[in-house]
Amino acid sequence: MSSFLGGGSTSVSSSDMVAKKESMMNSVRQEIALANAQELMNKTNEKCFAKCITKPSASLSNSEQICLSRCLDRYLEAFNIVSRAYVTRISKERLEGQNTPLQ
Amino acid sequence: MADKFDEATQKELATFLEREQAQARLQTSIHNFTSMCWDKCITGTPSTSFSRGETGCLENCVGRFLDTSLFMVKQIEEKREQTQF
Repeated sequence: MSSFLGGGSTSVSSSDMVAKKESMMNSVRQEIALANAQELMNKTNEKCFAKCITKPSASLSNSEQICLSRCLDRYLEAFNIVSRAYVTRISKERLEGQNTPLQ
Repeated sequence: MADKFDEATQKELATFLEREQAQARLQTSIHNFTSMCWDKCITGTPSTSFSRGETGCLENCVGRFLDTSLFMVKQIEEKREQTQF
């Protein structure tokens, strides 16, 4: 296969290429997952700080910590609810779009 | 960088990237919606679970936002047509 395509010394064996392709795909997946996690962390930080720390004192109080931990759980739950609602809507719209195409 | 992917692999990677990008765009929208709807629906102090009203509000929030978006497009379209004639 390599001789047919490139020939000579610049061609890569196909198993090398598959490995390179896989590692490329994995790094893309990882990068996206990382960006996703970072966005969630930023958002929960911002939203829960706004909600739970109304009057910043010398340290995080016990009740503030409880609030933060609940807030984090609720925000993740909200993310899942919103995600489900959006995906449901998109697939519904896609089905309807097949019957009545947009002008 | 003498090593190049063959054509089939390049095509495969292009398809893969397109799909991942679409997925990432979807994720970004969901992050935005969650942020927006959180501010609108979750007004009290977070408790150990959502009330039924809060869950419903979050679901409705997504739907109504998309409706709003479609509605606005239609309105602007109408305005544009009105000014043309």
